[in-house]
Amino acid sequence: MKKFVLTGQVVNNKQISNGIYHMAVHAPQIAEAAQPGQFLHVKKPDGANFLRRPLGVADVDKSQGTVGIMYRILGKGTTEFSRMAAGDELSIVGPIGNGFVLKDGQPLIVGGGMGMAPLIYLADMLKDKKPIVLIGGRNKDEIFWQEYMKKFTDRIYVTTDDGSAGVKGFTTTLLPQLLQKNVVDDIYTCGPDIMMRGIAKIAYEYGKTCQVSLEKRMACGIGVCLGCTFPGKQSGRRRKVCTEGPVFPAEEVF
Amino acid sequence: MEKKKISLAVDIGKLHLKNPVMGASGTFGFGREYEDFLDVNEIGAIVTKGITPLPRAGNPGVRIAETPSGMLNSIGLENPGLDVFIKEILPEIKHYDTPVIVNISAGTVEDYAKMAYALDIDGVDALEVNISCPNVKEGGIVFGTDPKSAAAVTKAVKGHTKKTVIVKLSPNVTDIAVMAKAVENAGADAVSLINTLTGMAIDINKRTVLLGNVTGGLSGPAVKPVALRMVWQVAQAVKIPIIGMGGIANGEDAVEFLLAGASAVAVGAYNFIDPAAVKHAADGIEAYMESNGICNLLEIIGKVKVQG
Ligand SMILES: Cc1cc2nc3c(=O)[nH]c(=O)nc-3n(C[C@H](O)[C@H](O)[C@H](O)COP(=O)(O)OP(=O)(O)OC[C@H]3O[C@@H](n4cnc5c(N)ncnc54)[C@H](O)[C@@H]3O)c2cc1C
Ligand SMILES: Cc1cc2nc3c(=O)[nH]c(=O)nc-3n(C[C@H](O)[C@H](O)[C@H](O)COP(=O)(O)O)c2cc1C
Ligand code: FES
Repeated sequence: MKKFVLTGQVVNNKQISNGIYHMAVHAPQIAEAAQPGQFLHVKKPDGANFLRRPLGVADVDKSQGTVGIMYRILGKGTTEFSRMAAGDELSIVGPIGNGFVLKDGQPLIVGGGMGMAPLIYLADMLKDKKPIVLIGGRNKDEIFWQEYMKKFTDRIYVTTDDGSAGVKGFTTTLLPQLLQKNVVDDIYTCGPDIMMRGIAKIAYEYGKTCQVSLEKRMACGIGVCLGCTFPGKQSGRRRKVCTEGPVFPAEEVF
Repeated sequence: MEKKKISLAVDIGKLHLKNPVMGASGTFGFGREYEDFLDVNEIGAIVTKGITPLPRAGNPGVRIAETPSGMLNSIGLENPGLDVFIKEILPEIKHYDTPVIVNISAGTVEDYAKMAYALDIDGVDALEVNISCPNVKEGGIVFGTDPKSAAAVTKAVKGHTKKTVIVKLSPNVTDIAVMAKAVENAGADAVSLINTLTGMAIDINKRTVLLGNVTGGLSGPAVKPVALRMVWQVAQAVKIPIIGMGGIANGEDAVEFLLAGASAVAVGAYNFIDPAAVKHAADGIEAYMESNGICNLLEIIGKVKVQG
């Protein structure tokens, strides 16, 4: 799949929750090409940080030629992004990697924390199938993702660690019940490794396909530095998260 | 008046380069990865990721850390090994109309010699002998910090290949000119410098080191002044050509290295920021030559004036 290096103009950059931002960037070639689960490697031109930052594609508007990213302020790079305004320029390499494989069966989407960002675009692409969505967060402030997901489905379940919203516990607490109650064929997940490991285990027990989206420190994002590799369990080969992933079948990872 | 034709061509040993800018080992993959961003046939040369006799998985843990104006890496020479390189990768890249320079590392002089012999084949245009990887014992750093060992590796490689032999030097030494002279005397056709500088980074909030391997190799714009100084010092000490690298981001940086005495240059970490950086650097050199009325690279190489 062709990758581009280009400069996109910021259309909109606003806080959508505590410390979490949504930025829409005008970049028609990327909007045209981006698949759910792929990411962009971005940098503010002449910004303070040396390396680019990997951020998942959260939404796409082909008619406007825009692509959206959602990010949590974590350090220097994301702080700098949060200060950008409409009209500013963002340097982008992308779209990068292999996203989710959209299967034919009934989808169940499971996300934890910032892992929800790429899953919004995935839900959009799967909306005709009315995906079941399971959102996990530490507390009720972390599950604002429902606002975005409800455009694509009305079957949304929520868990919080502290029980301040939805079911008290983790996504893995609720998943077996969901699988018993609903028809589900395929599971798509993105979030902390420990969560995805648990989801993958349950998916395996119930005989469902499961795709996981990985995060690794990246320098190049184009498969040359080997900063992001891991030993593939099923293939026995070393896999590059940036170009062969970030999405892999769960069996290859856990 | 007719415009004089500018030539960016330069020779390194038996290697003929269309232009003096190559992609540095470990930052350019096997060249193919850049096809979306530039015409690989138009760059000076491809230097492959470091190849070792056997496949290597590399170092565990986090392998990348950012630093002011640069980065640390502790990849640890992850590579598919010599056999897979020859059987699967070389056939796919030898068609490029640009030289392929194979970067090799090993743990013993004999293994360097064996690799040189195995790579004395069609499609390989030169060997870059890495005696300077700071991240693994087998990366040759033991050879890269002792002039006698460096000379022994150079001699062994030269004795087993007809290709141009470039020895890649480490900056992690007291006097790099001594190392350069040692490998020149042992028959090296050229030297390349610098490999990464050993460094480390700490997360003060977690009070942990950032890299899985504790230390890593520093590169990027942060190291440019060090690299430039070393190229200049080595240029005073040897007659063989120098390939300069360390923090090059554009044509202006490249011209600095040429003026300091490098006959060619390589772009490393900056490829991660601008995946067309190798092409942009070559264009930048050409623009500099044009605006200064220079037709031939030889008019710049080593021509820095020292005031005194
Ligand atoms: C494929 C992929 C998709 C991602 N998608 C999103 C997303 O949609 N939304 C979001 O909020 N975050 C996402 N992340 C994580 C995001 O890249 C980091 O939060 C961000 O790079 C932190 O940068 P910083 O400068 O603020 O932090 P710093 O800690 O100052 O960053 C320093 C260095 O670490 C790297 N880094 C730090 N954390 C991570 C991390 N978790 N993963 C990879 N590199 C990291 C940075 O690139 C940089 O090189 C994604 C990561 C990957 C690998
Ligand atoms: C991620 C990474 C991997 C590298 N791997 C190798 C290698 O395998 N062999 C080698 O000789 N040099 C390796 N290098 C060193 C570079 O080729 C180059 O000498 C160094 O990075 C300085 O150039 P720069 O500042 O432009 O990056 C590596 C550098 C980086 C950043
Ligand atoms: S980030 Fe460089 S190979 Fe994946």
